[in-house]
Amino acid sequence: MARRRASQFLAGYCCSQSHSLVRRPPLCSQEPASISAPGLPHTHGKATSMFKPPSKLYRKLNSQTSCDIMQVHYSRTYGIHQRSFTSAAINIQRSPSFSKLNSDDIGYFKSMLGDKNVVQDEDRLSAANVDWMRKYKGSSQLLLLPRNTEEVSKILHHCNSRHLAIVPQGGNTGLVGGSVPVYDEVIISLASMDQIISLDKVNGILICEAGCILENLNSFLANEGFIMPLDLGAKGSCQIGGNVSTNAGGLHFIRYGSLHGNILGLEVVLADGTVLDMLGTLRKDNTGYDLKHLFIGSEGSLGIVTKVSILTPPKLLSTNLALLACKDFLSCQKLLLEAKRELGEAISAFEFMDSDAMDMVLAHMDGARNPFPSSSYNFYVLIETTGSDESYDKAKLEAFLLRSMEGGLISDGAIAQDINQASSFWQIREKLMFRKAMCWQGMSEATVKAGAVYKYDLSLPVEKLYDIVEEMRPRLGEKAKVVGYGHLGDGNLHLNIITKQYDNNILAQIEPFVYEWTSTHRGSISAEHGLGLMKADKIHYSKSPETVQLMASIKKLLDPSGILNPYKVLPQSMLQ
Amino acid sequence: MKILVAVKRVIDYAVKVRVKPNKSGVETSNVKMSMNPFCEIALEEALRIRESGAAKEVVAVTVGPAQCADTLRTALAMGADRAVHVDAGAAPVLPLSVAKILRALVQVEQPGLLILGKQAIDDDCNQTGQMVAGLLKWPQGTFASKVVLDKEKQVATVEREVDGGLETLCLDLPAVITTDLRLNQPRYATLPNIMKAKSKVIKKVTPEELNVEIKSDLEVVQVTEPPKRKAGVIISSVDELIDKLKNEVVSCNILVSEDHD
Repeated sequence: MARRRASQFLAGYCCSQSHSLVRRPPLCSQEPASISAPGLPHTHGKATSMFKPPSKLYRKLNSQTSCDIMQVHYSRTYGIHQRSFTSAAINIQRSPSFSKLNSDDIGYFKSMLGDKNVVQDEDRLSAANVDWMRKYKGSSQLLLLPRNTEEVSKILHHCNSRHLAIVPQGGNTGLVGGSVPVYDEVIISLASMDQIISLDKVNGILICEAGCILENLNSFLANEGFIMPLDLGAKGSCQIGGNVSTNAGGLHFIRYGSLHGNILGLEVVLADGTVLDMLGTLRKDNTGYDLKHLFIGSEGSLGIVTKVSILTPPKLLSTNLALLACKDFLSCQKLLLEAKRELGEAISAFEFMDSDAMDMVLAHMDGARNPFPSSSYNFYVLIETTGSDESYDKAKLEAFLLRSMEGGLISDGAIAQDINQASSFWQIREKLMFRKAMCWQGMSEATVKAGAVYKYDLSLPVEKLYDIVEEMRPRLGEKAKVVGYGHLGDGNLHLNIITKQYDNNILAQIEPFVYEWTSTHRGSISAEHGLGLMKADKIHYSKSPETVQLMASIKKLLDPSGILNPYKVLPQSMLQ
Repeated sequence: MKILVAVKRVIDYAVKVRVKPNKSGVETSNVKMSMNPFCEIALEEALRIRESGAAKEVVAVTVGPAQCADTLRTALAMGADRAVHVDAGAAPVLPLSVAKILRALVQVEQPGLLILGKQAIDDDCNQTGQMVAGLLKWPQGTFASKVVLDKEKQVATVEREVDGGLETLCLDLPAVITTDLRLNQPRYATLPNIMKAKSKVIKKVTPEELNVEIKSDLEVVQVTEPPKRKAGVIISSVDELIDKLKNEVVSCNILVSEDHD
């Protein structure tokens, strides 16, 4: 089965080469090492599928050995699907350039951090080794909890000199396997660095350490009359350092923009332990190259973010939320256009979901209530406006919605009358994407409860956004349910394909078609989730080879030993 | 039959309430206000009774300053037919005065049923419904968790949540019912209803017009926060526990952990 998968991957890779922006020779004719597909042994000369599947296909879920291909099985007792850990699916070998941990290393860390902050306990390690989606599992033997930047610097200096690979870990809520080890990388958790350093109460500039949980920052700021410019479903667990490293988008992206605009400064520790103090608090500073942008979104592969200086917008008093029903996707698009025009700067969120998504949430989420019980609609849109005058904002939103309804753009709608109703509307949408691990509520778990999920996060032109969903449906037919939802205001679709169980035949129907389709329409194969491990070899669908080459050069410059979050973000082939 | 529903505008249930620095009350400026959750449930029940055919009209009424009109608009958007706003000025009106006003309104409107929430979440008095029933000499079914109306017999069967369990009462109409949490789940205000609500009438009345004097015998002297919870102390041995009990502790909670040495 593994052998078949490897050759399928090859075939897909060959096809994808012809779709890429620059014509490249097919894999089979000549074989410079740089085009060899990741994970295959570097047999110069011919492309081979020399992949030896492990002998035992069935392993216990808690096994510490990585890269196992465990058979997917449908557990009838629990009704949940235990997925084979995907570390194997990427077919990457552990890089021989990395050393293994030895007792001297442990001793050094213990003497520097204290025994308590050097974790080798199996239970805590197993939690840190698995990602939120329970899709990726590493086999790290060591978790470190530095308490300040200096300790992070010393750890990295040591690991760099010893060629020990590391994974920086924040809240571990990423969806592309970027926050967990692939093999035995040392996990450096920023969780202990959760101090809020200062808040400029006039300008709303917050300086805090990277391990601060987003929700805690929001509560702190709410007291002072500010809010964080980003809001995710994972806010109860995710940390600001991770948000910065993945350039998280979220629900209020349409109002407050990207972290590239809101982050005023960073303190980053480089691979060799150098501390880069770029912790400015200035809105405008045109002195030299603005390096912090390199680290925002680099997913921990260029440096570890230890402190963040972020511009926080003032907390506005009145929030209004409306859940609307539309008959087709064209109406949703027109509604977006009208909303931007008439509600203008007041819009703080514009989300959509299709009827399948709504049905799924209502079926699987406890306490979810359909605001329109009498009929079922094809699309649902959530519009939130935030302003300073409650009655004025509410009247404005009502007037806009009534006009849209008379114009036929909306078939039905409900406006939340109090905070409880607002949060129940948000639950339906928010929990589509995220929820604390182990908690089975909301769309994400709804989809997992219903079966196995393949998730894709695509940026597409708004007119084409839903076309991919409609194209996937006939491709997969009865075998799978295709559901689309996302940040319509930002042109970001979350495509979820739900099947009874994980099946490589179905996967072959989905990939690389989804990526190729996106590439053809000049979209992004990862709008906000990042590349991580899941899409580490897929960057060519959205970036030209010259761009990727330069990225690889930058990576080699900042991390010559390649110890920072290896096997992820960029294709292995580019980094050899 | 007409149903009169009394609703109250309170600080939103999900807001973290803060005491004013001068301790005269709770911070209400710049804070989100909405309809009292129990009042929403009362209104929902009235709407369901109307939809089942047992009543013709649902009238929402509120007592309070000008901003309370928002609450009435929400009530209209949920489906009430018309509304009455008794403008009693900015000062908070206490339950007995509200009860007197409701009595006067009942004598004007002549409803077959008066439904209220069991209590308001800002004062938690749980008095208005009972007082009105007393003033009107009407039967009352409070903490209703189930209401069944019999139109021909003009009787309401109310299941109440009491300390001992559930109590079922049979009330002759006209009657007063106050609603509890598990009675129903209030509907959302949908756009078609919001549109219809724009043409519905909100009648403004003052207490003087109803011949009610709002005079209160009660005055709020001070509002303070409850004392902050202190962290517990972990005691390592039984001897230490006995020593502390003898000498230091006036009242305490003792938690015994299972894995003690």
